[in-house]
Amino acid sequence: MGEIKLESKVPKGELAEKWTKYRGSMNLVAPNNKRRIDVIVVGTGLAGASAAATLGELGYNVKVFTFHDSPRRAHSIAAQGGINAAKNYQNDGDSTYRLFYDTIKGGDYRSREANVYRLAEVSTEIIDQCVAQGVPFAREYGGLLANRSFGGVQVSRTFYARGQTGQQLLIGAYQALSRQASTGKCKIYNRHEMLDIVKIDGKARGIITRNLLTGEIERHSAHCVVLATGGYGNVFYLSTNAMGSNVSAAWRAVRRGALMANPCFTQIHPTCIPVSGDYQSKLTLMSESLRNDGRVWVPKKMDDVMAIREGRMNGNDVPEEDRDYYLERRYPAFGNLVPRDVASRAAKVACDEGHGVSPTGLAVFLDFAAAIERYGKAEAFSLGVANPSEAKIRELGEKIVKNKYGNLFQMYEKITGEDPYKVPMKIFPAVHYTMGGLWVDYNLETNVPGLFALGEANFSDHGANRLGASALMQGLADGYFVIPYTIGTFLSGEIRTPQITTDGPEFEEAENAVKARLERLMGVQGNQSVESFHRRLGKIVWEYCGMSRNAEGLKKGQQLIRELREEFYRDVYVPGDMNEYNPELEKATRVADFLELGETMMVDALNRNESCGGHFREEYRSEEGEAKRDDVNYTYVAAWQWTDKDEIVLHKEDLDFKNVELKTRSYK
Amino acid sequence: MDMKLRLKIWRQKNAESKGHFETYEVNANEHMSFLEMLDVLNEQLISEKKEPVVFEHDCREGICGSCSMVINGRPHGPVQGTTTCQVHMRTFKNGDTITIEPYRAGAFPVIKDLSVDRSSFDRIIQAGGFISVNTGQAPDGNALPIEKEQAEKAFDAAACIGCGACVAACPNGSAMLFTSAKVSHLSLVPQGQVEHSKRVQDMVAQMDKEGFGMCSNTGACEAECPKEISIENIARLNRAYMGSVFGSQK
Ligand SMILES: Cc1cc2nc3c(=O)[nH]c(=O)nc-3n(C[C@H](O)[C@H](O)[C@H](O)COP(=O)(O)OP(=O)(O)OC[C@H]3O[C@@H](n4cnc5c(N)ncnc54)[C@H](O)[C@@H]3O)c2cc1C
Ligand code: SF4
Ligand code: FES
Repeated sequence: MGEIKLESKVPKGELAEKWTKYRGSMNLVAPNNKRRIDVIVVGTGLAGASAAATLGELGYNVKVFTFHDSPRRAHSIAAQGGINAAKNYQNDGDSTYRLFYDTIKGGDYRSREANVYRLAEVSTEIIDQCVAQGVPFAREYGGLLANRSFGGVQVSRTFYARGQTGQQLLIGAYQALSRQASTGKCKIYNRHEMLDIVKIDGKARGIITRNLLTGEIERHSAHCVVLATGGYGNVFYLSTNAMGSNVSAAWRAVRRGALMANPCFTQIHPTCIPVSGDYQSKLTLMSESLRNDGRVWVPKKMDDVMAIREGRMNGNDVPEEDRDYYLERRYPAFGNLVPRDVASRAAKVACDEGHGVSPTGLAVFLDFAAAIERYGKAEAFSLGVANPSEAKIRELGEKIVKNKYGNLFQMYEKITGEDPYKVPMKIFPAVHYTMGGLWVDYNLETNVPGLFALGEANFSDHGANRLGASALMQGLADGYFVIPYTIGTFLSGEIRTPQITTDGPEFEEAENAVKARLERLMGVQGNQSVESFHRRLGKIVWEYCGMSRNAEGLKKGQQLIRELREEFYRDVYVPGDMNEYNPELEKATRVADFLELGETMMVDALNRNESCGGHFREEYRSEEGEAKRDDVNYTYVAAWQWTDKDEIVLHKEDLDFKNVELKTRSYK
Repeated sequence: MDMKLRLKIWRQKNAESKGHFETYEVNANEHMSFLEMLDVLNEQLISEKKEPVVFEHDCREGICGSCSMVINGRPHGPVQGTTTCQVHMRTFKNGDTITIEPYRAGAFPVIKDLSVDRSSFDRIIQAGGFISVNTGQAPDGNALPIEKEQAEKAFDAAACIGCGACVAACPNGSAMLFTSAKVSHLSLVPQGQVEHSKRVQDMVAQMDKEGFGMCSNTGACEAECPKEISIENIARLNRAYMGSVFGSQK
């Protein structure tokens, strides 16, 4: 197979004018033609629901698919902290350029300038749209919208709805979608899982789905297909993603010729509740905001470590001088507020050196005692309490902390049974987000004509590391404000194309291929559960392609995954029947695809001989042990093809920085 | 601490077949979540080449509204203001027998084992649970200040996760708490006022059409709601409904 030419299709002109000019000059589809054009949208998270609703409003006939029982259950619902927008409502110097710059820098200079600029530009419209839909954002006493700050930036630009921002934004998009469903412009197929893409003459023209309740394999056609199917963090098995999140839709696109870009760019979030046992099914995030007041530490002495692990002692019993506040020690300038990737790696180092404080040795303390004392004293002072007792200070301080983080503390206590007001929290990094995804151009179109990818499913905006509160922004930007325009660049050439029939040989072939895959999985009738394979895969990916990576480990990881894949097809056991509701079969198809993706991640990480953002190669670090980029050789997007012969082939898109200067990030 | 439990679980092959209870023994641990305990059971069943118990779940952190079972007679189990996925085994004792059933409500037919069909909720929202504003039509977000307290109240109602526990808890299988939470959310923000009357009527009509029961104010819904949605919302809906039917159209 020859070289695939990756054209970014970034419009010409000044950075700040590209999108406006492009939008004003691109080919449009007239309303009477829109009525005759069908669009398939797979996914109803923020990206999919907002895209489907908007395309419906514009007059297209939209068919929307989700494997969930309702569009409202998409994984986006779980996002906590907030959504960024360059509104500059706080008058603190924010601007489109600043949001653009922060995102490029945060991503360690591995994203496409023009896409990121557009994202920053449309961010403000997102907030307006959501407010108009009735999203109950946090407000100030004067009735205006409130903001808070997030890691890695110096302005306050994060809009939020308590700790449930994702929920409220998704409900807004879901309601907009429901409105289009009520007018018949969007037809929603719940509990339908896309299992293949159908291409006709090279263009994406439909999908094959399985009705999850009946097991029926169905054909659905359209003039083009939009994937908004989320990220692939669950390749690690344990992650903060919802249990059902998976890569299959994107992976099936890859198996039909699309490319997977930068799959090794994954984000590990530093503050999650640690694993408590082998039965663990998922990990829970504790919001980044906690690092504003919590101090991260581990005991210096191994005796203390052991005593804590065995429950003979708790964190409070360790005297001050025997604690290592390692973030404050290593990064005096940023302390506990270093970016996510840096904080995560430092926790790993502390635990690798044997100082982990849970029975598994994989946890560090996040301690609020100092904050409680500090707030307590200040409060006592402002209330005019003379010579407050220690107990009084604690009481007052706990109240302040409760106001700020009450629901997080409660969630922590529900899960661990420990009271974080009294003993330090135990936290550990966990897989959280995937920057990599389907390669797309400026139009969000993959290299397969007529196949688009939005939201976490594409690779486009976050480079090698995503800043907090920017995923929600990107999902809604893609869905509400980008795809409704850029889809016209493809569809304006299709206005004479009649409705696509599902009777053709391409649909036949794809349907048969899906059935054959399912039969193969059902047919193994081995002895090990799907879950057990998924756990083993996760362990391999975490071990060799997790927080830090090296060439030898990556080669080994690739080998182990291949062996595991071979074992999977030899010994997996899928109970039940194909033609019925069968969640085990659903899991099996997803794990099968994760096995191929996992191998591709190893190959990608091995190819990238540099450290950047979430990708830390032990061989490439500065003398102080920090990540070291190689801008001369690796300022490109690595887009991988999976060939018919199961070969993984690299294609490159060079990144061209015209507006920002490439610098080393430093947090010392 | 390790614990031995006896589970009485409702097994039902599909909507048409008759279900029955089966009893299983499972070894758990106090740190497990309730659903992880069921995972252990399912792995055990699979290793015996038996069919695992089907139950709905996704986020496992109390926000998606997927998990939906009745534990010892209570939707979402024994812990106040907590979804099934956030119940941990430390709330049970070694040697306990736990009864697990699907939601039982006319408008939520059983699909398989513990899983039920809640698509009727989607149709109630489609009947009017939205504000009609197309993308791109919105004025600036700060053009319309909203009192902080009012916004908080709207949030309280909007916190509903669409889990359906209120219906399962209600002796009449009524969906009033769910429906009223949405009506309240949208009527408490000024943007939602314009369509208010029509919305109330359309959503209530759809609720009746789906076969949900009448509300007789037992308050069971509020007691079992994992998000502690208040029955004040029901009063608000009732007032709005009466107003929209009998009141003058303003
Ligand atoms: C715990 C947590 C907290 C977070 N907090 C924040 C935050 O505060 N701010 C922020 O900006 N970001 C946050 N993120 C990240 C953010 O939530 C996600 O990146 C974003 O919501 C992804 O949205 P999406 O629309 O791309 O995909 P998703 O919401 O994952 O939706 C995917 C959709 O695709 C469907 N689907 C997938 N595959 C198929 C298939 N084969 N067939 C049919 N349907 C399919 C699913 O049913 C679903 O509807 C957080 C993430 C986590 C895990
Ligand atoms: S009102 Fe409460 S119980 Fe009913 S669906 Fe909403 S969250 Fe669930
Ligand atoms: S699994 Fe999401 S609320 Fe329980």
